[in-house]
Amino acid sequence: MSDALIVADLAVARGGRTLFENVRFIARPGDVIVVTGPNGVGKSSLLRVFAGLGRIERGSVERPGGGVALMDEAHALDRGATVQAALRFWARLDGGPDPTTRVAAALEDVALGDLADVPVRLLSAGQRRRAALARVVASGARLWLLDEPANALDAAALDRLAALVARHRGQGGIVVAATHQPLAWDDVQQVRL
Amino acid sequence: MTGLIWRDVRSGYAGGGATLVVAFFLLVAILFPFAIGPDTALLARVGGGVIWAAALLAALMPVERLVAPDLEAGVLDQLAVRGGSMAAVAAAKTLAHWLAFAPPLMLASVIAGGLLHLSGATLLLVEAGLLLGTPGLAALAVATAALLAGARGAGAVAGLVMLPLAVPLLIFGAGAITGGAGGLKLLAATSLLLVAGAPFVAGAAMRSAME
Repeated sequence: MSDALIVADLAVARGGRTLFENVRFIARPGDVIVVTGPNGVGKSSLLRVFAGLGRIERGSVERPGGGVALMDEAHALDRGATVQAALRFWARLDGGPDPTTRVAAALEDVALGDLADVPVRLLSAGQRRRAALARVVASGARLWLLDEPANALDAAALDRLAALVARHRGQGGIVVAATHQPLAWDDVQQVRL
Repeated sequence: MTGLIWRDVRSGYAGGGATLVVAFFLLVAILFPFAIGPDTALLARVGGGVIWAAALLAALMPVERLVAPDLEAGVLDQLAVRGGSMAAVAAAKTLAHWLAFAPPLMLASVIAGGLLHLSGATLLLVEAGLLLGTPGLAALAVATAALLAGARGAGAVAGLVMLPLAVPLLIFGAGAITGGAGGLKLLAATSLLLVAGAPFVAGAAMRSAME
């Protein structure tokens, strides 16, 4: 297993209809890929294929070692649980040392430290988004897949998102983000669908 | 996986889920004396079968909450991203569902047995049967929940999908009350078959619902 995400001549279909084809790029450690394109062109499906959830029509995807973390529309946090308990559930499944500390650190990263003991159902849309981002941060995975990461985030949260992405690539991580709105991130590779 | 089982057991008891199952079970069991009349001998004769029929209907109650909320919230996606096989997830959900629904049901059966004037020996056979049969029932409930996750009006269809498949459990479970050890063995075999096979069906159903 290499340490790069290698996408070769990828075609993805959904419901019998080909969404896109001939997508190819290589993302090496430290790279950030921003997938752009209009609604419905298949950005989310592409990310789901990278996450191992979607079916590949043609071509191949070779994923880097070191784990994958996906953030999409669904936050996947138990509504009745507190923010930190819900995140700890995933941190434990991710394995690795000391999930409690990892979750606490990730919550500080997304500025949700004060809301750690609040039930998930009481969070606003933007706060839920940040909690989902904290799940990605706490996972310790090398490849981050962020689907519309800027949705529902305010200006301060957008800055924190950019800082987290910069930190992750600095640590040799790879980020693939799908977005229909411009992201003010430096030095990214654009993939247009 | 123990984390997932623990989480599902807790969510099974939280929000009155288990209480609802028990209340429904007891309600069905209470309806029979009203319908048949207070003939203790007759009640004692049909009582074991009544408990089984009530258990089957009560097992339907939580079907809508077993898989669909996790599919919607993206929990299944996140489990799959972490390399969890959906069949293993279904097996974990089956175990968790059994832990959340069988013990309260078996306790409630003692009360229902009293209402139906069951003898101690009969009640013992009913309880032994429930212990053997409820794992199969739980596996069937998870498979049904997985097949119907994402479908509209799943609650109404759930009974149509699940109850015919649960008929062997009902036959051997109620049959064990008169048939004794032979009936219990057949019941255990049926239950084992369901526990072994249903998670693969449920896993495939969850997988296709995610795509």
